[in-house]
Amino acid sequence: MTRVRGLPTFVRRNSDAITPLGAMPRRNDINSILIIGSGPIVIGQACEFDYSGSQAVRALRADGFRVLLVNSNPATIMTDPEIADATYIEPISVDYIREIIARERPDAILPTMGGQTALNTAKALHEAGVLDEFGVELLGASYDVIERAEDRGLFKQAMNEINVDMAVSAYATSVQEAMDCIDEIGFPAIIRPSFTLGGTGGNIAYNRQEYEEYIRWGLDASPTREILVEESLIGWKEFELEVMRDNADNVVIICSIENFDPMGVHTGDSITVAPIQTLTDVEYQNMRDEALAIVRKIGVETGGCNIQFSVDPATGRRIVIEINPRVSRSSALASKATGFPIAKMAALLAVGYRLNEIPNDITKKTPASFEPVIDYTIVKIPRYTFEKFPGTTTVLTTQMKSVGEVMAIGRSFPEALMKATRSLEIGRAGLVPLLPAPGEGDMPADEAGVRSYFRELLRIPGPDRLWYLADALGSGLSIEEVAEATMIDPWFVDQIARVTELETRISEWNRTGGHFGTDEGATLLRKAKRLGISDAELARLTERNPTEIRAARHAAGIRPVFKKVDTCAAEFEAVTPYLYSTYDAEAEVTLEPKEGRVIILGGGPNRIGQGIEFDYCAVHGVLALKEAGYETIMINCNPETVSTDYDVPGRLYFEPLTFEDVMEIIDLEQPEGVILQFGGQTPLKLALPLMRAGVKILGTPPDTIDRVEDRKRFGALIDKLGIKQPPGGTADTIEEARTVARRIGYPVLIRPSYVLGGRAMVIVHDETELNEFFGEARSAGEGGNVLIDRFLNDATEVDVDLIGDGTSFVIGGVMEHIEEAGVHSGDSACCLPPHSLSPAVVAEISKQTIAIGRELNIVGLMNVQFAVKDEEVYILEVNPRASRTIPFVSKTIGHPLARYAARVMLGETLADIGLTEQVIPAHFAVKEAVFPFTKFPGVDILLGPEMKSTGEVMGIDRSFERAFLKAQIAAYNPLPSEGSVFLSVRDRDKDALEPIARNLSEVGLSIVATSGTAAFLRDRGIEAKSINKVAEGRPHIVDALINGEICMVINTVGGQAAIQDSKPIRQATVKYCIPYFTTMAGAAAAASAMADRHRDPSISVRPMQDYHPT
Amino acid sequence: MKPALLVLADGTHFEGEALGYEGESIGEVVFNTSMSGYQEILTDPSYSGQLVTMTSVHIGNYGVNPWDVESDGVRAGGLIVREASRRAANFRATATLQEYLFDSRTVAISGVDTRAVTRRIRNEGAVMGAIVHDATAADVDDIVARIKAAPDYGSLNFVERCSVKEARRVVLKETGDAIRPEVVEFVGTTTPWPERQSGPDVAVMDYGVKYSILRLLVERGLRVTVYPHNTTAEQLLGTSPDGIMLSNGPGDPARLDDEVNEIRKMLGQKPVFGICLGHQLLGRALGGETFKLKFGHRGPNQPVLDVDTTRVQITAQNHGYAVRFGADAEGIEITHTNLNDGTVEGLRATSHRAFSVQHHPEAGPGPRDALLMFDQFHDEIARSLR
Repeated sequence: MTRVRGLPTFVRRNSDAITPLGAMPRRNDINSILIIGSGPIVIGQACEFDYSGSQAVRALRADGFRVLLVNSNPATIMTDPEIADATYIEPISVDYIREIIARERPDAILPTMGGQTALNTAKALHEAGVLDEFGVELLGASYDVIERAEDRGLFKQAMNEINVDMAVSAYATSVQEAMDCIDEIGFPAIIRPSFTLGGTGGNIAYNRQEYEEYIRWGLDASPTREILVEESLIGWKEFELEVMRDNADNVVIICSIENFDPMGVHTGDSITVAPIQTLTDVEYQNMRDEALAIVRKIGVETGGCNIQFSVDPATGRRIVIEINPRVSRSSALASKATGFPIAKMAALLAVGYRLNEIPNDITKKTPASFEPVIDYTIVKIPRYTFEKFPGTTTVLTTQMKSVGEVMAIGRSFPEALMKATRSLEIGRAGLVPLLPAPGEGDMPADEAGVRSYFRELLRIPGPDRLWYLADALGSGLSIEEVAEATMIDPWFVDQIARVTELETRISEWNRTGGHFGTDEGATLLRKAKRLGISDAELARLTERNPTEIRAARHAAGIRPVFKKVDTCAAEFEAVTPYLYSTYDAEAEVTLEPKEGRVIILGGGPNRIGQGIEFDYCAVHGVLALKEAGYETIMINCNPETVSTDYDVPGRLYFEPLTFEDVMEIIDLEQPEGVILQFGGQTPLKLALPLMRAGVKILGTPPDTIDRVEDRKRFGALIDKLGIKQPPGGTADTIEEARTVARRIGYPVLIRPSYVLGGRAMVIVHDETELNEFFGEARSAGEGGNVLIDRFLNDATEVDVDLIGDGTSFVIGGVMEHIEEAGVHSGDSACCLPPHSLSPAVVAEISKQTIAIGRELNIVGLMNVQFAVKDEEVYILEVNPRASRTIPFVSKTIGHPLARYAARVMLGETLADIGLTEQVIPAHFAVKEAVFPFTKFPGVDILLGPEMKSTGEVMGIDRSFERAFLKAQIAAYNPLPSEGSVFLSVRDRDKDALEPIARNLSEVGLSIVATSGTAAFLRDRGIEAKSINKVAEGRPHIVDALINGEICMVINTVGGQAAIQDSKPIRQATVKYCIPYFTTMAGAAAAASAMADRHRDPSISVRPMQDYHPT
Repeated sequence: MKPALLVLADGTHFEGEALGYEGESIGEVVFNTSMSGYQEILTDPSYSGQLVTMTSVHIGNYGVNPWDVESDGVRAGGLIVREASRRAANFRATATLQEYLFDSRTVAISGVDTRAVTRRIRNEGAVMGAIVHDATAADVDDIVARIKAAPDYGSLNFVERCSVKEARRVVLKETGDAIRPEVVEFVGTTTPWPERQSGPDVAVMDYGVKYSILRLLVERGLRVTVYPHNTTAEQLLGTSPDGIMLSNGPGDPARLDDEVNEIRKMLGQKPVFGICLGHQLLGRALGGETFKLKFGHRGPNQPVLDVDTTRVQITAQNHGYAVRFGADAEGIEITHTNLNDGTVEGLRATSHRAFSVQHHPEAGPGPRDALLMFDQFHDEIARSLR
């Protein structure tokens, strides 16, 4: 890196009186540093830590440190072998990290880059004596700092000492204690029972009578008979500051963030805005002063930290909520919002540099010791997938539920907000009406009724509240009414009203015969575009086609301009090409036509089914093209990602991935082509519109997508190749569906066309179920018919990734699923190479895959899913794009397939690249999925064709059993070595249970089972204790789970009735974090892994660089 | 909404919508990067004669109130914004920005591509310009002619317009506002000092002083009296002050020879503390020269190195000129430098017990990292009295 040592030279020249600074403060006593990653993607910890971590690794390595990395998540850029000096894809647990430390003997650990996981692990390493044993220092945040920031008691005490206000609260373990503390706390008071899931037993008491009632209820609900009584902060505003400190105690605020939603909604679930909009300067500076005092008091030594404040809008009283002494989701957002790379800077500060010694990344000429100012508005909106978890409430609380987020940049708040709404990719072109007009549906017809309907609706925070808010304004509620009901600051409501007012005006203008060819039309268009309203939304408002709007807009010369994100509001020239579109006067970015430009589209917000794996592929695409000398342009709107790190692509456009927004960039850039294969389903949806607009799509031709999605064309294709497929058909109506199902026989698998992550995919066993589920499948698809296939019971599913250059085709990997077919491939564990398939089957699968690749002229990547039953191979699905398993395969075989794919798309052959035959690894790698069930109480954890996992881990070792064991530990499902295992399986699984139970007994676990299962086992000579089912009276199995008497659960179920009966068992296992298996295949793999560990309990770790020496 | 134009002397113009008082205002076009504090900026006397472009997009969001002011009214010549909030959303607000601009007869413009204006100033330097309501592109030539006919910013003496006409004592009065419980108030020179102001006497040379400076001095128990800018050294020293504060203020320091001459006579007599224009005048009195920066420093985020501690302060700044010294300058220490461009941010002449800073330690608006400067002044006075 370029360093500004001491003072920039130009300072010296002008000021002779300056005395030189002291010795260079870089920590030369440290040579090697271990960075702990954040593990699998879970709700609350997503790819922002890949972004932060990979920045940190690169910055430290560039500065000459030996950097070691541990992360169990293979779908990360940071775990690419060329990023760190030694990369351990191993479980993030004390035992495994101890082994890594023993092997590598690092001087220090940087625990502030991997979220709460890394901080907790660092703390645990200290507590286990590992740090002392090996003389390893914690950089960035010491053990004491972590303690002071995380322990509520210590934090409160520290805040008291510096006169920082906090919410008044007290713990009570009896009615008397609760009554004693209420005078100080006052009404309304919040009652929160300790250790209950999802806020069970929580309440708000407005008076003494309610309070007495609620505290009794709360004490009863709490397993520890403890409640927290807290001052109510209802309606208070929430703010965040991102703070950085260096070891010379220089402290700067990088970004200020204001939450759109008031207190009560987790900040990860809040719409947030930067910079702060509604505080006077005095209020802001008071908050800033307090942030500096808090950072100093907590003792955050170096690096970034996040402080959350709450402000009473009626009085200005401010309290601190919490501090995170590490980089975070907010710091990733702040980095993207300002252009200031917090993680990179934090890493350099941790090794002793000072802020004024590091140049500002963007201006290059000024130092990093400053506070970014921004001349645009940032809006972040969370992305939810509640549709995946039927049965759970969509009310937003202090428990985070969103699985991803989008960020949008606009000059004004409305412009940014509108861009963010269409970035979400939830089928809404903007603030479209969600509710029926008065008098329709359940909307009252009279004005008073409408008002009270909205006032009630708006009180509850939920994923659609923003849209309801706009509906309310459109239905005539005043800004004050809406602000009062939502407790959202009237300033935000007023800004949204600007949009709804204009939209109303436009649709009225249209109704009275307005057309866009006129001056009035052009003026309205210009106004609308300046507020961020999309062409598609204008089309809806004026009952036109979006292409008409686009044509009218272009005819009137209304085009967006592109401006730079530069940290300094244009005070200095920016050298970093980080751009956003806006409708404003000056086009800051103008480009000469030039050859060699390629655009890669990213994947948009993380959601279940489309997550970090696709960002990994997009980043590899960018890297490959950059290496090949192309000017590589990335378009994406997900602030958590590496792809939106402006250091990665040649030019970054932080923009929604809609046809309108992408096309404006294409018009400016005039690229040679656009790559859509890497971003999952999001960019693929644009393939046809872009192609029709004359844009060249690189790689596999877009028609291929239709050829594999269209049932008839796909049928013709596999017939031609002589490949077997489970019998099936397509249906547009329920009648057709019934006919198809009757013809092929139940059970059948139904699924919509063109969706990812198994959305609305379900196995139905009879006509009643078909009637129930068909409608949802019909409406979840992006047009096209519903596909209906015979479901193969107990088949083994296989995923295959292939790379092709149009003429030669190579299998990347054949992955054998652990769970049987019927479980979504994203939710199933899998093993590479296959651990139980016969060589003949693997050969047949490879042969068929290559035949399909050849027939489809694949240029790039393709994923095929097969089912194997009785040695017979059936094809299930073909996806002509990068798949979720690409990072896993690439890391297992030691070849970056996504990078190769980008190269073949630009004309290289596989022979040029040097990958001409399949690589069969000598080791085993197991991928395991990680689920968010604890966040969605009430949802059943049974696995099915609809994907529900948020993330994945990889276990890699010399045998399948050892790799599987590591994957389970890494997925927070540690297999026990002592205690009682509970077994309850359906009849047809009983035979398969015998060897499992034998393994479990062998390793010393005792077996508890429901009477039928227990009798069966005893019959086979395996000792098993009986326990009551829930329906059989107490004490029953759930009692045993709650009492901690069970260390692992194996539970498979047959029909709907059995599923309902056993649901409390599965819910208790989630609630009490007990390892569980709901498939026989998973249980069998676990039992054999446990048996293997019993024979050889040693653990071994090995860096990826050793698996694949270069 | 009526159209309006921002026209620069070279004929560049930007379209927008009329905001504030209807009319035309000519002045030097500058930009400020603060993301909050527009009311303090509008009322800061140092912006006299300037049309201030706010780079931050939404202005007016929290309205205006009677307490966040740096003088008795709007002093900036005009305001240029991208988005003017039509609503005041803060419990302290007593009016909207629009109402405030209208009532103070301030001509302003919204809807302007302020980033384009800022980039123009950054690349070409500060420039004279005009905000004109109800104008179209056809009027640009006439407007340019009027801009050229108007006196140049650097040729005007704004200090005499901003300064008090006679000496006044400064006290604090309670506001009832939770966020700013006290604001400054001027009283006659015979009004007895309140009990809390039992400390030494400080004479403030008022070149356009900001209330925040006065408030911070009073909060330190000092007996603060402001004097007109043309008070002579003899007159000032005749009041037996214990310390002298050279205030901030507008305009080109190079044309304030009389003020510099009087300051030179004060040197060594009493501890002296200068801020911004006061710093530039002290610099000149100590043998330095001032020069115009290309586009100045105006914002809340200027990094300043404290040479003694080698620590960085994030400072609020608002100046278009800076001080420099020749290699032969003696008895002067550069105590602070700007880390962005290396210009002098603070100086000390120990033998004269004088020191000054180019930035604004009083903030208002902006960060308060350098607040300790006021304690230093207080300590310096206390030491000299010992």
